[in-house]
Amino acid sequence: MKKTGAQILCESLIKEGVEVIFGFPGGAVLPLYDAFPQYPQLRHILVRHEQGAAHAADGYARATGKTGVCLATSGPGATNLVTGIANACLDSSPVVAITGQVATPFIGKDAFQEVDITGITLPITKHNHLVLDAKELARVVKEAFYIAQTGRPGPVLIDIPRDVFQQEAEFTYPGKVSLSGYKPTLFGHPSQIKRAAGMINGAEHPVIIAGRGVIISKAFAELRELAEKAQIPVVTTLLGIGCFPEAHVLSFGMLGMHGMAYANKAIDNADVIAAIGMRFDDRATGVVSAFAPQARIVHIDIDPAEIGKNVRVDVPIVGDIKNVLEVLNEQIIPRDHIEWFHQLDQWRREHPAIEIRECEGLLPQYVIRQIYEVTQGDAIIVTGVGQNQMWAAQFFFYDKPNSLISSGGLGTMGFELPAAIGAKVGCPDETVWCIAGDGGFQMTIQELATIAQENIAVKIAIINNGYLGMVRQWQELFYGRRYVHTQLSGPDFVKIAEAYGLAALRVRDKREVTAAIEKAMEHQGPFLIDFIVEPEENVFPIVPPGATLVEALELPRPEIVTPLT
Amino acid sequence: MVTTKHTLVALVEDKPGVLNRMASLFRRRNFNIESIAVGHTEQPSLSRMTVVVEGDNAKVEQVRKQLDKVIEVVKIVDITEDEPVARELALLKVKATASTRSEIIQIVDIFRANIVDVSADSLMVEVTGDEEKVDSLLELLRGFGIREIARTGRIALPRGGIAPLLVEEGKKPKQPPKPLPSEAESPPNW
Ligand SMILES: Cc1ncc(C[n+]2csc(CCOP(=O)(O)OP(=O)(O)O)c2C)c(N)n1
Ligand SMILES: [Mg+2]
Repeated sequence: MKKTGAQILCESLIKEGVEVIFGFPGGAVLPLYDAFPQYPQLRHILVRHEQGAAHAADGYARATGKTGVCLATSGPGATNLVTGIANACLDSSPVVAITGQVATPFIGKDAFQEVDITGITLPITKHNHLVLDAKELARVVKEAFYIAQTGRPGPVLIDIPRDVFQQEAEFTYPGKVSLSGYKPTLFGHPSQIKRAAGMINGAEHPVIIAGRGVIISKAFAELRELAEKAQIPVVTTLLGIGCFPEAHVLSFGMLGMHGMAYANKAIDNADVIAAIGMRFDDRATGVVSAFAPQARIVHIDIDPAEIGKNVRVDVPIVGDIKNVLEVLNEQIIPRDHIEWFHQLDQWRREHPAIEIRECEGLLPQYVIRQIYEVTQGDAIIVTGVGQNQMWAAQFFFYDKPNSLISSGGLGTMGFELPAAIGAKVGCPDETVWCIAGDGGFQMTIQELATIAQENIAVKIAIINNGYLGMVRQWQELFYGRRYVHTQLSGPDFVKIAEAYGLAALRVRDKREVTAAIEKAMEHQGPFLIDFIVEPEENVFPIVPPGATLVEALELPRPEIVTPLT
Repeated sequence: MVTTKHTLVALVEDKPGVLNRMASLFRRRNFNIESIAVGHTEQPSLSRMTVVVEGDNAKVEQVRKQLDKVIEVVKIVDITEDEPVARELALLKVKATASTRSEIIQIVDIFRANIVDVSADSLMVEVTGDEEKVDSLLELLRGFGIREIARTGRIALPRGGIAPLLVEEGKKPKQPPKPLPSEAESPPNW
């Protein structure tokens, strides 16, 4: 039977198991919106800015492991998605972004609301496609979902001209895709795995660095088996947090710029590093030439282009983490590393990273810790970017995969609120806490209206330090304490929340923190707490830019190093 | 790091925007393309691209892997090590007067090039060969006055029986696959 492009798109999305679309209408997508009432099983959530739609789809994808879908009209709608698409791309999040385009006869004419969105998003998508005929649409949608969620996941954009939504075509949904140029390598090469096993079995000071790839591959049990069998400490990247229970004795926390000093120290002294599903980002490695100077490196990743990109690798293994670890674990000889752990424990004692200093005032770290206590760790934490993000990573303990959702690669302020919406919509039975900076929160604050309209029960904690805190911290430490344009005079967030129809509270005193969090949890529906915290609290440890991992600053010092570029 | 010229050959699907995707990747990864040549292959719907870039081995390999991630790129290999047969075609329009014409024709003959068009005051020369040959002919003819040049850029095929880009129709890659070049490159066993 013939159907319109709009109907074909909706039915294809349903075939892909899509339940929710985060979108915003406009002229080019009107024929699609007009078809939505025929498909009540597709829930549409109206955001207030398309960036919010993209982040919400991303947050949904990270929380559920399914592909998130966002939708925007042509021109400004499409360009508003760009930041969210780039964010999903850098953090390997499966998102399908659908944009309307001007009708085909107008393409290339600088028509009203025409932008070349496939051109614009070319370097920030895994793939994109301009659909010029409704006959192609079902296949393109099938391929988009396949590409977005297989291999190294990422965003795929489908650009659909208005007349293609209206054009009629036969609809049959293809059963499978055939893409001769896209065949992710799923199984590691046996001889490389054998070499990796040999190297790990022979290691005296081994360290595992686990990243988001472990979460994407759902290789939690396999990672745990490897660590336990060979008795190897597990350090994670920021986005790897949750892939290994932090309560586990072998867990050594996060590495990198704001990582635990003992984790960084372990890496510096390691003789063998198994880097699993991570990509040696510069925030994780410090000065890359001095990264893990003594270590031979086994790098396991599904993306061959990540191997050897930033650091030299001794044993490269391309494949899906779960598959690779299954084979690798069989060849691991159980052993212990008593001396190594002795040493590690000593470093752990010498460098207590998780410390909340004595203070009469309200400390941001304390707020995070209390959210952990009240939720008993059973929550999805969605963070902003900056100090709040690092405190959320350091002072909450994550034992479950996907329990920390944070913008890692792009570091996008404003991610927190819409991503929390996506996470809550995807996991309605979970408690979702949005940890926001007072700066970042104002970048997507309009999504409070989305929350109110859809009654999305996210709990919001604004870590209100009155500053673009992380930048202020850099100015303090590295730019002679010259606070140039980092002080914020925020609005009254409680009044703002109330104006949007949300319940809200302000907390200034640390003695009120726990009760406020409990109140937010008991409240049915969304709730916002504006925590007025110590304005000049810093994140420690911090590896200064241009320094190695073991040159981290652990305590506030008055005068520090030379100014940086 | 020693930088050398590398010849990358790619089999790509004949779809709109492919060239753009590849070119944009070179730019993003900070590579200058020395030349790029695209043409049909023996298989309909597939084109072959020959790209010459300069860089050290590790950087070129990184770019090759990034290009391989472009969905429409079916296969891409660096054939520099295979010492391929490399050719380029050039068309040169040379100023020619009654007194210089025969001298030009002599030079063209020595290079086994052809005169393909003649006008009152110029000759058009067609030459094929490796870049050095084209360059030296150009050098010799420069004295007469070059009006216009069109060069195709390098195309290349490895010598002998190997055909690194051959994809057999309907054949699925076996799992586990053969090691990727990046894996094969790594040092031998411990
Ligand atoms: C969109 C965007 N613009 C600028 C930055 C640079 N930046 C990184 S952290 C930061 C400060 C964030 O301030 P706030 O949201 O209040 O969080 P805090 O660090 O105070 O917790 C800034 C401006 C960024 N990461 N993202
Ligand atoms: Mg702030």
